[in-house]
Amino acid sequence: MSDGAARIAAAFPADRAAFIPYVMGGFPDVAASLAHARAIGPHADVLEIGIPYSDPLADGPTIQAAGQRALDAGTRPGDVLEMAEELRGGPPVVLMTYVNLLMAAGPRAFFERAARAGVAGMIVPDLPIDEGDDIRDAAARAGVAMVPLAAPTTTDRRMAMIGRRAAGFTYLVSVAGVTGGELEVGEALRRFVERARRAVDTPLAVGFGIRTPEQAAAIGAFADGVVVASQLIRMIEASPDPRACGPELAAYAERLQDALRAARNVPPGS
Amino acid sequence: MAEVTQRFGPFGGRYVPETVIAALDELADAYQRLRDDPGFRGELEGLLGAYVGRPTPLYRARRLGEAYGIGRLYLKREDLCHTGAHKINNALGQVLLARRMGKRRIIAETGAGQHGVATATAASLFGMECCVYMGRLDMRRQRLNVIRMKMLGAEVRPVDAGTGTLKHATSEAIRDWVTNVEGTHYVIGSAVGPAPYPEIVADLQRVIGDETREQILAEEGRLPGTVVACVGGGSNAIGMFRAFLDDAEVAIVGVEAAGDGIGTGRHGASLSVGRPGVLHGSYSYLLQDDDGQVAEAHSISAGLDYPGVGPQHSHLRDTGRVRYEAVTDAEALEAFSLTCGTEGIIPALESSHALAVLAREGRVMDAAGPVVVCLSGRGDKDVDQASAALGIDV
Repeated sequence: MSDGAARIAAAFPADRAAFIPYVMGGFPDVAASLAHARAIGPHADVLEIGIPYSDPLADGPTIQAAGQRALDAGTRPGDVLEMAEELRGGPPVVLMTYVNLLMAAGPRAFFERAARAGVAGMIVPDLPIDEGDDIRDAAARAGVAMVPLAAPTTTDRRMAMIGRRAAGFTYLVSVAGVTGGELEVGEALRRFVERARRAVDTPLAVGFGIRTPEQAAAIGAFADGVVVASQLIRMIEASPDPRACGPELAAYAERLQDALRAARNVPPGS
Repeated sequence: MAEVTQRFGPFGGRYVPETVIAALDELADAYQRLRDDPGFRGELEGLLGAYVGRPTPLYRARRLGEAYGIGRLYLKREDLCHTGAHKINNALGQVLLARRMGKRRIIAETGAGQHGVATATAASLFGMECCVYMGRLDMRRQRLNVIRMKMLGAEVRPVDAGTGTLKHATSEAIRDWVTNVEGTHYVIGSAVGPAPYPEIVADLQRVIGDETREQILAEEGRLPGTVVACVGGGSNAIGMFRAFLDDAEVAIVGVEAAGDGIGTGRHGASLSVGRPGVLHGSYSYLLQDDDGQVAEAHSISAGLDYPGVGPQHSHLRDTGRVRYEAVTDAEALEAFSLTCGTEGIIPALESSHALAVLAREGRVMDAAGPVVVCLSGRGDKDVDQASAALGIDV
């Protein structure tokens, strides 16, 4: 197991689901996003940081707009890697971006730089499991875990392939759709997680559309982790001072982590 | 049954969210099963004849040829297709395919609006729900086609992101597909996108080249010396080129949009000055910055205003089988006017790019034998823009 994969696996608590908040690097600017990540960090088990990209196919309007604002503010991939470096010592950092940025940098150079910055894992939503062997190899050599995505439409045959190649954790897309949509936590989602469980050994984190601690708790009862992204961006957008809303974000993250504890009947604060 | 091609050399592939992979597999399986199925072929060919008006003529343009110093210049008249461009060949084929797959809803992206109109037409013909994504700027500059789509019963969804052009409309259509993948078929309009789309679109457009080959042989008793087509995503071009790729004696030229000029950075010449990368699901030449952020394209022609290109064109560029050139907005407008004035044909601004390269190379091309240009569409949709650019008073 790569160094990054081991660090991520160790960050998933044994007695409750992990909380994986998302911060868009450079939104509203690099310094503010770093401050937000620092505020959330103490209540996060794994921290997901987005590198803004011009054509984010898997993202709904909220993350698209945040990414565009980060790009308009001049954010470059190197800035986000520096952010990751600043966050060493906190929860393991998993970067999220699109495949063209990795290709443009050269996969080997990109992952070596990411590993030096202490990055533990990488999520690339437009790199399905049967594409980009060279990219996966480069990540493995650098000790960065390539976290695959699985969707409700993923066939059992592909789920088995994901099981063989997954590193760190596996990201289960809650619904067919883009980030930030409407999510109904119900039987279909539970069955999807069970289906993934039969094929995949890594922890299973569910994302896309999770907004409230209640939703997170409901999912945390049967999944190993929950990712919250668009909701945090909405909070930043709605804040009177989007550059200094760390305390609000921290309070939300704490409530969410508490809800995950309660979901497995672990007393808060333990 | 031959498997549907996924890669052209290193180009192509499926760089898309996992959610739509199952739908791409389903599409590839269905196409592999149906592409040579007599029932499917018969239905499509019947419609291409009676409804689209195929075969389209291969017309000898004597006065335009004279102006360019070309003795035997032929125009493949895709502008005479029902709805006014080659786009209907692909849209009809894909909508038929979608019906056989049991899909009820059709979505599409459009730049110049020709693909949107063609898709709305095919959807209307089969009573299917249709939603077309179109950039806000393109809606303004191709207003006539927006009206046509609405009359045909399609919903036109404006896309405000970025510059409001084809790149953004395509991204939004893909997001719709990711969200509504069950029951929806995405009719992609050019030879771009994740596999199997580039192969399906090329296959459905190949009728252009197959007819041309037969027609030129009947007319001239020989193959053309040169074949020319414009390249945005590259569907009319690949449809024309595929019929001649194995004929080494035929020179093949693709023409991209140089916009304000390659040196200005405001253009759509991905094959001329781009680098390989991923846009809209396939690996191909792409206009991008050093970090890999996709650049905005610029062209007077909404149909060529796209920073990517179909993956087979990238392969044909690298192997050298096809030579790609780029002409500016000004050169295209000049060819537009010349064709109006010499032939009584108003060409689309896209097709005017293919014609414009003749001003540079006509005399040299003439030495190699007959020249065939794919006149991919008619210019009715462009009259507002062209008259403004040419200073025509009404």
